[in-house]
Amino acid sequence: MERIEEKLKILADAAKYDVSCSSSGSKRKNTGGIGDASSSGICHTYTEDGRCVSLLKILLTNHCIYDCAFCVSRRSNDVKRAAFTIDEVVELTMNFYRRNYIEGLFLSSGIFKNADFTMERLLRIVKKLRIEEKYNGYIHLKTIPGASEELIKEAGLYVDRMSINLEMPTEAGLKMVAPDKDHESVKKPLAFVNEQMKGYRSESKIIKRVPVFVPAGQSTQIVIGATPETDFEIMNVAKTFYKNYQLKRVYYSGYVPVNTNNNLLPQVGSAPPLIRENRLYQTDWLLRFYGFELDEILNEEHTNLDLDIDPKLSWALRNPHLFPVDINRADYKMIIRIPGIGRQSALKIIQARKFGKLHEYQLRKMGIAYNRAKHFMVCADSPFILGMPGVSTIRNSILQNGNSKYKSKILEAQLALF
Amino acid sequence: MYYLFDGSYAGFLCCVFESFERKEQNVNPLMPQQFSGDFFIDKRDIYTDSAKAKRVQDGLQRKIGVEKTKDFYRVFLSEDEKAWNASFKIITAIFKTGIAILENFGDVDVLYFAQTLKKVSRERHRMKAFVRFQKSSDGMYFALIEPDFNVLPLVADFFRKRYADQLWLIYDVKRKYGLLYDKVAVSEVALSPEQKQSLTAPVIAISLDEQDEKFQNLWQQYFKSTNIEARKNLKLHLQHVPKRYWKYLVEKKG
Repeated sequence: MERIEEKLKILADAAKYDVSCSSSGSKRKNTGGIGDASSSGICHTYTEDGRCVSLLKILLTNHCIYDCAFCVSRRSNDVKRAAFTIDEVVELTMNFYRRNYIEGLFLSSGIFKNADFTMERLLRIVKKLRIEEKYNGYIHLKTIPGASEELIKEAGLYVDRMSINLEMPTEAGLKMVAPDKDHESVKKPLAFVNEQMKGYRSESKIIKRVPVFVPAGQSTQIVIGATPETDFEIMNVAKTFYKNYQLKRVYYSGYVPVNTNNNLLPQVGSAPPLIRENRLYQTDWLLRFYGFELDEILNEEHTNLDLDIDPKLSWALRNPHLFPVDINRADYKMIIRIPGIGRQSALKIIQARKFGKLHEYQLRKMGIAYNRAKHFMVCADSPFILGMPGVSTIRNSILQNGNSKYKSKILEAQLALF
Repeated sequence: MYYLFDGSYAGFLCCVFESFERKEQNVNPLMPQQFSGDFFIDKRDIYTDSAKAKRVQDGLQRKIGVEKTKDFYRVFLSEDEKAWNASFKIITAIFKTGIAILENFGDVDVLYFAQTLKKVSRERHRMKAFVRFQKSSDGMYFALIEPDFNVLPLVADFFRKRYADQLWLIYDVKRKYGLLYDKVAVSEVALSPEQKQSLTAPVIAISLDEQDEKFQNLWQQYFKSTNIEARKNLKLHLQHVPKRYWKYLVEKKG
């Protein structure tokens, strides 16, 4: 194996636990060189774990001065170490990009020497791509906590997205596994970049040519299942971060065990909590795109999401008094709350019903999950039923007749209890 | 009645023109090779006249705007007879009633049109994602594709803007034509009629840049390393990268 291939193997492997993959949100144009950003993002391929590959996601190095128990690159871990040179990263990025393998570069790094030294190296790569290679493709750069504001500010002028990971959802959780770290050092740079973004945006209203600053915004990642937080705690943190730092995305990453020497963490070999992760993403979407308030889905009484049914269905079953909804009269806001109907279908329904009342045969074709939705809606030819059938009847009917992708896994888990 | 046209979009629009001109109802636009003869229903050969096609196109644009008019071209590229029929009926209805009935998703044709549009747009997006260029020894980046629909015209602009400083060629193996970009403009290239008719597949011999194999290997290595074994989910993988696309994907060849 050539040295560059070995480095790529080590440094891609070490970077893969950062789940952020998006290449969307930037409108960078090709200005006399190569590349541009596709505002909706493009997934160029998918790995066998079903995750999208959009960016070349690598660490500059996996040497790190920190010893965070959850991290594969922690100082005390006996793994092969490697470091790319600046030219190697530039060469890989350009050659992959020119062959249309990738949308761009996702560059992170272990901390070597200190935060500024690391950040300064990352910045040099980014500048070389933009200035020498005339590269206008997507760049997602990790902000190194503790790096000076001058470096962060300069980097923001060249990259499309910046991110810093919260890692554990709460300060207490983080302290358990990474005593050297705290949430404050994440919040400070997030706030700083957010302020800068706002500054440039307000300037661009007055002055015509203002440089773009982190046009695709910021994101963060929360690790799920390594520490004992509830879903309510996790989503509360996410909500706060969306609000306070105007984040574009919060990523939830089911913890994949990589440490045999720490008995606070799940042991190597135990399965990552994939269903829970999925339910958290569904909740995130309900909050951001479906007009739900967090306390409708999670609250003091209901601190964890159901695993066997999705959060919208769970909410609907707890609120039977709001159903059934009349498809031909209800407004958009209520239609998107029906389990089994998404935003696109809801829009179609609203437009189509202007031409006449909608019937079952029409709705069945419109792309809704009819067998789930039928319990919660009426249309022009719905049989008249006195009252709603019992909540548990509906729940069982959906669970038994539906083909949830998790059906076998959940059944297995339930059987294992006995 | 069957209208037999040459398979071009202009030809399709001419079918619309002729049906209005001749006041003929219940028209099915078809290409001659799709027509298997029908004893009970008449047929008519339609000649493509770009002036007539343009009149239909301009009329549509006035009724529903430039962007929505493009949707008919996109759906046409599906090469789906049923979608052509739906388009034909919708265009006729737009001209007759003057209402943009495109939102009437309760109607079978409108819904089929919308669904086909979605399929074409998905395939277009896939081609932006799945094109894999190889670099030839003379510096040309070339790629072979076999999309489900004829979406090459829909991605030309995307590749021209993105790869503005490199020579590239994307060739649709199924439809036997390609797009070539010479750092100035995109043009269509096709095999000569003799090559198309020849019984043996034309030998496309392009010598590769000496570095190309190295980057293909590195890409395969990256693809392996960035996978998390503990999260393996082949069903999802196949859903996103259906097998029919693997032939031209470097990372799935290794």
